[in-house]
Amino acid sequence: MTNATSSNGTSPDTGLGYEDLPRLITLMTGDEKHSFSATSTLDVLWVLYSRVLKIDPNNPEDPARDRFLLSKGHGPMAYYAVLAARGFIPVETLPTFAQYDSILGKHPDGQLIPGVEIGSGSLGHGLPIATGVANGLRARGSASQVFCLVGDAESGEGSGFEAIAMAGRLKLSNLTAIVIDNKSDSNGWPGGISSRFAVEGWSTSDVDGRDQGAIHEALVIPHSDRPHVVVASVEPKA
Amino acid sequence: MPTMRERFIAVTSDLLDSDPNIALILADIGVGQFKETGVVDRHPGRVVNMGIREQLLISFAAGMAKEGFRPIVHSYAPFLTERPWEQIKLDFAHQGVSGILVSIGATFDEADWGRTHQAPEDVPLIATLPDWRIHVPGHPDEVEAQLRAAASDDSNVYIRMSTATNEQAHLTGGPGFSTIRTGSGDAPTVIVVGPMLDVVTRATADLDVTVLYVNTIRPFDSETLRSVLQAPEVVLVEPYLEGTSTAEVSLALQATPHRVLSLGTSRRENRHYGTGAEHFAAHGLDEAGVRASITEFVAQRVAV
Repeated sequence: MTNATSSNGTSPDTGLGYEDLPRLITLMTGDEKHSFSATSTLDVLWVLYSRVLKIDPNNPEDPARDRFLLSKGHGPMAYYAVLAARGFIPVETLPTFAQYDSILGKHPDGQLIPGVEIGSGSLGHGLPIATGVANGLRARGSASQVFCLVGDAESGEGSGFEAIAMAGRLKLSNLTAIVIDNKSDSNGWPGGISSRFAVEGWSTSDVDGRDQGAIHEALVIPHSDRPHVVVASVEPKA
Repeated sequence: MPTMRERFIAVTSDLLDSDPNIALILADIGVGQFKETGVVDRHPGRVVNMGIREQLLISFAAGMAKEGFRPIVHSYAPFLTERPWEQIKLDFAHQGVSGILVSIGATFDEADWGRTHQAPEDVPLIATLPDWRIHVPGHPDEVEAQLRAAASDDSNVYIRMSTATNEQAHLTGGPGFSTIRTGSGDAPTVIVVGPMLDVVTRATADLDVTVLYVNTIRPFDSETLRSVLQAPEVVLVEPYLEGTSTAEVSLALQATPHRVLSLGTSRRENRHYGTGAEHFAAHGLDEAGVRASITEFVAQRVAV
């Protein structure tokens, strides 16, 4: 099980790297409803899958794997491209995007795609599930880490707030949330998104969501007694 | 006799002590009672109180299920099944995991608390989901049997407890109907669900009917219905929304011309407080109401 790419940044399983992602995304044609959010996650996903997550595309169900839950299921093309680059799905599946028999829908389905933990698309589910996963792993004495990617607009869901509060109370130190902030929340976040987590006892990092070095540094910050959130800001949604 | 809820708490505590895969997820309701058993202190990683966060209650339990736990999720019926409905639909079956939902409150257990604490829609709501097993026990012994069976398999299960209880348990040993009484060849078949049995037994004491009892309403026991049916007439008596299982009867008898009378609570809001008995009477589900409805149903057949 690895969490590293080769020295030139390519995946050891496929030989594909970050530079290949735009080409992989273009293989997915069709009327992709949430195209703006499809690329807002790209750099965070690449850092996670190339440098952070302990996962094995040849053994995607390994109980010792880290868990990644994409709560922001809208615009999954970047996710699929990264999964293909890391060898979880064949590149050949990408052109089938959104077709009837494809495993790749406009929202991902964890029952269809190897390495995908949950189906998502309805907002506000991922982080609540992730809190249960993190608690379950901790109860098992597992060293696996749980990462959950959510959107800034999605963070308005009440279910997300329930999870933020409870993860703080439970001191789920094996849980890291990543909020992609593309300023798409209709009402904004006075005081900043990370302050909503901080008040519930999370440690926080605010980074440039296109700066892969900063993203990586924030994702591996030790947080041994509390959950951690990384707010990754990207260009505002058009 | 202990209540269904008291038995649930005792059995769940025993399961938590004996099976390291059992988890109990709560949303304040029931926390005090479980603390008294000691399981909250003995199993802090597997007994977790969400506070008043019912959406999280379901999603958190689903997350625990993803890690191999068998979560028992408990709250008041409307807060367990209606408020987090999408979480039940998506975060359990759609994610490929399962759990056990156990409610209290039923339809009118706490009628004096008003509409917010009445859940006649819970069973029909859960019944829209594929492959859920729905128990409507009529006695604490049935709760124990259903809960222990649910704990040992991997189905999605809903157990709907109530303060209404039949005098005797009917341990059917499975999901099927059990025959309480067999009428003549012209007798309609009355299917009685859970805590309605004693009411229906008294209401039909001198009527010529076959009575089937069921405390597992999904899956629906079509085979037994077809095998015992004499006259092609079925009366459903369900202690929740009327018509909840009518389609199941029609499907079971699709090859047979038949008539169905569906008794349950009506869709109108009975904007009163008072007792559950008063509300059931208002919906025609007391002894007199059930008797009158069945008598009229039979009379309509004679008229035809």
